[in-house]
Amino acid sequence: MKQLVCVSKTPDTTTNIKLAEGGKALDSAGVNYILNPYDEWYALVRAVELKAVAGGTITVINIGDASNDTVIRKALAIGADDAVRVDMQPGNALSVAKAIADHAKEGGYDIIYCGKESIDYNGSQVGAMLAEYMDLPYVGLGIHMEVEGNSATIKRDIEGGTETVQVNTPFVLSCAKGMAEQRIPNMRDIMSSKRKPIDVISGEITNTSTSISNYDLPAGKASVKMIDPDNMDELVRLLKEEAKVL
Amino acid sequence: MVLVYAENSDGKFKKAVLETVSYGKKTADLMGTECVALVLGNVDDAGQLGKYGASKVIQVNNDALANFDSQTYSKAISAVAENLGAQVVLLNQNSSGVSLTGRVAVRLGADCASGVNSLPSLDGANLQVQKKIFSGKAISNISLTAAKKVISVTGNTIQPEETGSDCPIESMDVEVGSAGVQVVSRDEQTGGPAPLPEAELVVSAGRGMKGPENWGIIEDLANTIGATTACSRPVADVGWRPHHEHVGQTGVAIRPNLYIAAGISGAIQHLAGVNSSKCIVVINKDPEAPFFKAADYGVCADLFDVVPKLTEAIKKTMS
Ligand SMILES: Cc1cc2nc3c(=O)[nH]c(=O)nc-3n(C[C@H](O)[C@H](O)[C@H](O)COP(=O)(O)OP(=O)(O)OC[C@H]3O[C@@H](n4cnc5c(N)ncnc54)[C@H](O)[C@@H]3O)c2cc1C
Ligand SMILES: Nc1ncnc2c1ncn2[C@@H]1O[C@H](COP(=O)(O)O)[C@@H](O)[C@H]1O
Repeated sequence: MKQLVCVSKTPDTTTNIKLAEGGKALDSAGVNYILNPYDEWYALVRAVELKAVAGGTITVINIGDASNDTVIRKALAIGADDAVRVDMQPGNALSVAKAIADHAKEGGYDIIYCGKESIDYNGSQVGAMLAEYMDLPYVGLGIHMEVEGNSATIKRDIEGGTETVQVNTPFVLSCAKGMAEQRIPNMRDIMSSKRKPIDVISGEITNTSTSISNYDLPAGKASVKMIDPDNMDELVRLLKEEAKVL
Repeated sequence: MVLVYAENSDGKFKKAVLETVSYGKKTADLMGTECVALVLGNVDDAGQLGKYGASKVIQVNNDALANFDSQTYSKAISAVAENLGAQVVLLNQNSSGVSLTGRVAVRLGADCASGVNSLPSLDGANLQVQKKIFSGKAISNISLTAAKKVISVTGNTIQPEETGSDCPIESMDVEVGSAGVQVVSRDEQTGGPAPLPEAELVVSAGRGMKGPENWGIIEDLANTIGATTACSRPVADVGWRPHHEHVGQTGVAIRPNLYIAAGISGAIQHLAGVNSSKCIVVINKDPEAPFFKAADYGVCADLFDVVPKLTEAIKKTMS
């Protein structure tokens, strides 16, 4: 089984977002970057579990600059065998997906994993785009997977429930909570990850017509209106007449 | 021309789809063009989409589309978009939309924005759209400049607006190939209130509840107003509540009209999934609870006392 896991680098979930250059950019000063939790906890760990029974190899791929090597090392410590980094600063999901597809087309991978979304731009786009560039089946929002031979049975989230689907390798999968459990690498894994290879290749930005022109911060809530706990009639009145939500 | 993919659920349209048709109509008006809706498979009364702004409905009937598969569906949507020369294709940002939007964009060689949450603005032939990023902590203004644009719209971005009357339905045959993904079974929650991603009213509770046996007061309040129940992550992790109720960064992201949170501190990862709610009511006994900063209305008191009182007060206004 040859597995490929797409990993991205994101600010950690507690990051306080500040704007720079008058809203043209985000201020990266003091931001702590992590491996995107969906890629790490769910996609990569599921790949590691599958490798333990099915054998084969796990490659991780990242599209980004050298500052991403720290999170790539983390992925190697969790259990990937090797890594590919396509060295570029992609401006949008189309360019990311195309760069992954260009590598993966030659790779002969059976399963290609993505996270449900990167927690920075919350796009949930790369997986489906990648599947289309490769003309492969795609299963989005997977929460459980059983694999037998070349057939996978996957449970995925749908509105108000789940759906179980069957698909044959090769395919692209996005992983959400439930697919696997977070693993903490031990010291030995961390040490041995330092010897695993990161292959850096050059890439080409293929779409420049979709771009973020600037950022805003959400308008803060007007300050909270505190209600006397002994006067719930007042709260109900406000919900009906002022907020108009009841 | 603006093409809206109007997804049907067992032959019916959900409210979010009607919203996207209205969104399509407004986008088409802005561009000085028309809005056409696309329906895949059999639908009762597809012409009703005319009321929400479609000038006509294109219907594609093909056995290969009986079950959802992103490859066949995106082929169908892209083929219709090409046949009609659509400049903009709109989809819903939901569990099928996340598998389709990117695929359709790649097939059409279009620009793409997903999870957009406000109406677009026009800048020459370019569209400018807004999307929340960092789980609502910032907003990005995205400009789409290619000739074709594919956009998925977040639920509750606008309300469906009845502006017209039923419209004609035309059928169209397109090549869709065969499905690589077969649906084996579905396990849907039936009856009861709306599923969380679509709920307009949500009552949620956290560790302040002390134990699963105390949830009766939360359910009473939810039942009284017809709300869906939700919970914080630790409560689902210890098994007090089912996992599908967990909202937040790692759970379901919701945007109801009303979110009532009892005994939840308001950690940043919790807020990430609920901060798009139109109105937030927080019940917490700790005046320093961070959730109060994100709330519209706050009640600082013991929830075991306040929640039943709130339920009573609502019942009174209903009788
Ligand atoms: C990477 C990551 C992802 C996470 N994702 C999520 C997520 O998706 N969703 C999520 O919810 N959390 C998430 N968390 C956890 C989050 O950080 C908080 O730990 C969690 O939200 C706290 O849950 P809580 O508010 O129920 O519990 P607590 O923080 O323990 O708060 C309980 C609250 O109840 C109040 N209270 C107690 N008794 C009463 C009473 N009798 N009457 C009124 N109030 C009372 C207390 O004052 C307190 O404010 C995540 C954490 C991490 C690190
Ligand atoms: N720069 C990147 N390099 C590699 N994989 C990525 C990158 N960005 C996103 N991905 C993958 O695509 C998934 C969805 O990301 P997004 O579409 O940005 O929400 C992530 O969970 C990753 O698996």
